Amino acid sequence: MDTSKFGVLETKLRSSRAESHKILVPYITGGLTGWIDAIRYAAANGADAVEIGIPFSDPVMDGPIIQQASEKALRDGATPTSIFHELRTVDVQIPLIVMCYYNTVFRAGHERFANSLRDAGVVAAIVPDLPLEESREWCEAADKTGIETIMLAAPTAPDDRLPRVVARARGFVYAVGLLGVTGERSELASTAISMATRLKKITEVPVLVGVGVSNAQQAQQACAVADGVIQGASVVRRLLDQGPDSVGQYVAEVRAAIDNSVVS
Amino acid sequence: MTIDRTVPRELLKPGADGRFGEFGGRFVPETLVPACEELEKAFDLAWNDSLFRTELSDLLREYAGRPSILTECHNLGRQLGIRLILKREDLNHTGSHKINSVLGQGLLAKKMGKKRIIAETGAGQHGVAAATAAALLGLECKVYMGAVDVERQSLNVFRMKLLGAEVEAVNSGSRTLKDAVNEAMRDWVASVESSYYAIGSVMGPHPYPFMVRQFQSVIGQEARQQFRAICDGKDPDLVVACVGGGSNAMGIFSGFIDADTRLIGVEPAGGAAVGRGVPGVVHGMKSYLMQDEHGQVQEAHSISAGLDYPGVGPEHSYLASVGRAEYPSVNDDEVIAGFALLARSEGIIPALECAHAVAWITKEAPKIQGQTVLMNLSGRGDKDVAQMMTILGESLGK
Repeated sequence: MDTSKFGVLETKLRSSRAESHKILVPYITGGLTGWIDAIRYAAANGADAVEIGIPFSDPVMDGPIIQQASEKALRDGATPTSIFHELRTVDVQIPLIVMCYYNTVFRAGHERFANSLRDAGVVAAIVPDLPLEESREWCEAADKTGIETIMLAAPTAPDDRLPRVVARARGFVYAVGLLGVTGERSELASTAISMATRLKKITEVPVLVGVGVSNAQQAQQACAVADGVIQGASVVRRLLDQGPDSVGQYVAEVRAAIDNSVVS
Repeated sequence: MTIDRTVPRELLKPGADGRFGEFGGRFVPETLVPACEELEKAFDLAWNDSLFRTELSDLLREYAGRPSILTECHNLGRQLGIRLILKREDLNHTGSHKINSVLGQGLLAKKMGKKRIIAETGAGQHGVAAATAAALLGLECKVYMGAVDVERQSLNVFRMKLLGAEVEAVNSGSRTLKDAVNEAMRDWVASVESSYYAIGSVMGPHPYPFMVRQFQSVIGQEARQQFRAICDGKDPDLVVACVGGGSNAMGIFSGFIDADTRLIGVEPAGGAAVGRGVPGVVHGMKSYLMQDEHGQVQEAHSISAGLDYPGVGPEHSYLASVGRAEYPSVNDDEVIAGFALLARSEGIIPALECAHAVAWITKEAPKIQGQTVLMNLSGRGDKDVAQMMTILGESLGK
């Protein structure tokens, strides 16, 4: 297989999959107290990549926990610049992904923002309020810079839409697990499995489920079909309440559960 | 003053990209894209369906009380040296222009098979109108309102509850209109299959800015005819309206876009998206936006909850960018004076939002002597009386 056409993230995730290794991507709000340590501990305990959220004043895809984390980070003075600056000091060996709302990109300018990501050692970006139809300018700048743009696929997408979304996805496809915003739920929604199933049928790009994957057991359930999971609110809540150590413990717990799903 | 002939003078219908010039678009989470597409199609069908249009105009006439009248302000006009005429949207059922849009959107929601409508509200006028339309049409209604606004517009909160709506106070961010929109969008992301999001202004993702403008264009259509009837077939020299998101302004501007008329949208000094903002993207649209150097949306500060919004509808950004409309601002003190002035001189208590237009006209009067001014009085001031009592009470000798 010619892997040179894939970016750093996608190459890594495809080879993980080839080795039957399920992919775990924790989400951490940038600028929150202890966030850099949280990235280190996540990496040390089995995360395959880390998604770093750039806090935004109006996070419409986020539920209460990540909203609260964003507001706190902003109050503490976090900016995209300060986050990129600190990211350069992170000495982990796993790919770094940034999640940010589109105005953060637009305000900076597409090319400038893509360059800032690259200079901070970031390899991929998720922009949750930039759907396919509006993504051309950003994707061009990102492609030129070698930043992989991860596209979201939602349960509301009709069958004729998904292939178009998937065709533009780099790194992985983010399967939105439910109808709703980020946050912990008591059960894994049935849409998490059905989304992963629909996507796996039509793409070779790795499929990760996020939004509403709330604990180790739910991660294991999702990994029965998906190539991996993204965990946001359950990670950020631990960072907010108990600090970075607890993020490491939690990542280890989820790692064990999803490794188990492969064996069984 | 005449209008520059080189300025575009037609009312735009946005194309497939949902843009007015460079503004507008559809910047929503992937989950909502199919819903916006479905709405775009449903609206297009309905708007071109004579049965739907008849149903809507019957409701506007028999329920909302349209057409709204024009009232000439002889006292204030004489005092200011202008001819001042008001379009009386304050006399509509529920007390503002918001009813024009929610009756249209409510009918559309029913046609689309939705059982529940979601709305955001600032001053509570859109929330009340949405709750009213929901009661009339047999829909469930959930209204999101910033906690700060719940407090300063408690009367409207109670009205919504009386009408059977559920009102949720939003405690995130600045706890005003901007955050109510965020929360309404979050609800919509979760309930998109069963719920219709009735956005209250000419804002949000395509097709909302276009659709709400079409529903509000009844204001401008009526006003142009009515004005010509009382002013010897002439159009006004100026049309003035307040602008938050900008639906009442777009409603009246749309009737005069091709006329030799200056279009003036008055913004609050603390929420002047066009006046002080730069292009940005929030709430699904690209438009002028008050934001910092990193793209964080700034909090607006206005005495009027309905204009306490850091963005503006994309069509206003377009009209400003091509020079077809002007967007000056007035401060809270000028607004308070305007509020009291219209009450005393004409016996009409305006909504604080519309008092912005009164304030600008008063200030501008020396420069527009002898001209005809049509002002959209988009809402009545009953909802603001308690708030104004604490501000003006002492000077009135309470």
